[in-house]
Amino acid sequence: MTEITIFVLAVFVGFEVISKVPTTLHTPLMSQTNAIHGIVMLGGLIVLGYADDGLEYLIGTIAVAFGAINIVGGFMVTDRMLGMFARKPKPKVKAASSASRPGAAEEGSGK
Amino acid sequence: MIRAVLEPGGDAATALYIVAFSLFIVGIKQGTHPTTAKRGNLIAAGGMAIAVVTTLLLDGMGNWGLIFLGLGIGTAVGVIASIRVQMTEMPQMVALYNGVGGGAVALIAWSEIRHGISLGEDFPLDELIPVIFAGIVGSVSFWGSNIAFAKLQDLIPTRPIAAPGQQVINAVLLLAIVVISVVLAIDHESPSQGLFILLLVLAAILGNLVVLPIGGADMPVVISLLNAFTGLSAAAAGFALDNVALIVAGTLVGSSGTILTLEMATAMNRSVSNILFSGFGGAPSGGGGGTGEEKPHVSIGAQDAAIKLAYADSVVIVPGYGLAVAQAQHAIKEVADELEKRGVTVNYAIHPVAGRMPGHMNVLLAEADVAYENLKEMEEINPEMSRTDVAVVVGANDVTNPAAKNDPDSPIAGMPIIEVSEAQEVIVIKRSLSPGFAGIDNDLFYEPNTSMLFADAKAAAAEIAAEIGNL
Repeated sequence: MTEITIFVLAVFVGFEVISKVPTTLHTPLMSQTNAIHGIVMLGGLIVLGYADDGLEYLIGTIAVAFGAINIVGGFMVTDRMLGMFARKPKPKVKAASSASRPGAAEEGSGK
Repeated sequence: MIRAVLEPGGDAATALYIVAFSLFIVGIKQGTHPTTAKRGNLIAAGGMAIAVVTTLLLDGMGNWGLIFLGLGIGTAVGVIASIRVQMTEMPQMVALYNGVGGGAVALIAWSEIRHGISLGEDFPLDELIPVIFAGIVGSVSFWGSNIAFAKLQDLIPTRPIAAPGQQVINAVLLLAIVVISVVLAIDHESPSQGLFILLLVLAAILGNLVVLPIGGADMPVVISLLNAFTGLSAAAAGFALDNVALIVAGTLVGSSGTILTLEMATAMNRSVSNILFSGFGGAPSGGGGGTGEEKPHVSIGAQDAAIKLAYADSVVIVPGYGLAVAQAQHAIKEVADELEKRGVTVNYAIHPVAGRMPGHMNVLLAEADVAYENLKEMEEINPEMSRTDVAVVVGANDVTNPAAKNDPDSPIAGMPIIEVSEAQEVIVIKRSLSPGFAGIDNDLFYEPNTSMLFADAKAAAAEIAAEIGNL
């Protein structure tokens, strides 16, 4: 029942927060939620962690790779897009765009 | 190698997962404004790093070689894809990400069932039901998204593809899926792996058949809906694996996809079920038709357009997907720059379905360096229209058709539109008078204050920019 409670509360939080995102930013929102959906990689890691036959190895490895595509690709492409919106008269733009590579951080923590 | 330290389901692991999903929520919350959105994205990525590391530290983790192989392949693909993708291709990319996300969930569900069976374990229903749900929805999302990708990438025709009796076939498939699920649940002490695989296959067929008949113009809804599905499947996987991070993150994605789906459907003034099951996009024979009797309209050249624009005080540009197809974003921005040099106020009016996915047109214009403040949403710009001197419609059609407001019998009656005909003058840059996706004539073209500039959007914009510069 605890999990159902968490789920229901998460529905309310999700609707509350996401309905405030302006239409203009809906494409980055989608690619960011793609990245957050990459959380399923945890499931892949868990099933691969205990896998003990050939097919399970294969399934688990593909699941982990799929999840990693979502996480790395999702956060990086979102960063790229948001850089275009942020890019404006401000001169400090260069520093911001080279310092931010969420995918790289992800990659580093995995290894 | 890393020593496994955290107890699965223990307090420490759960606490770290809670930190992770909290960061997702904070990250999305910062996404409400472009100045903070970039930081928000990094915060969410940080949450993801915590969640991944926590999982890797769980006691009982093994098969490190394969784990790093999977991580390595996925990371490489993700990095290359995100650097190479063109902004016009974002819908395809999101469709693919929806697909691999759903595919991952279906594979995890299969592995859970398989592993449980091989250990001879009894499946409690509160674990088996989410696994079945995750498998079905994951499989539908994977295959549906692949079809959506293929349509957006023009690998298969974007027009609706449907066999006679398609609805019946879908209904039978759905019924079979429900029956098999019930059988699996009743037999939860020793569920059959064969039946589960059959379930995945039927769901795969259903995913294909549901998306194939949907026309190209309805893709924004389909992508959003599949996004919601993948989120729900992740949440279901979270229930099966007793993982709060999956439950909350999946639910956030599900909420987001649901909100976007409803918003897109509202912007088209159609219900979601109508979009999914009616095969609209190509039903009317549209296309070349209607050329027989041309109604009177005013046709102008680039020079006339340049003069109208240069001597205006305020100009609103209404871009549609045709602008992206013609790659005319940058040329249009040049026109706007020339006008701004002369002190003309230039804004962009963006209809919610102007692109191929929610918010797509905004990204395309942002890429062309259009400032965020100048991108106006439909509700924001419509009241301004009557005070606008010239509205320039580029590559947009149905979303400007006054019939949606004035003609209750029109197929698009009631659809919210950008009210360009309220402006003092309208210039429509378009190759011909042919109808848009809805397959109906646009009354706007024949209104007395409308001038048609028949040309390719990119060439016309470049020419207009040059003419204004010469004035």
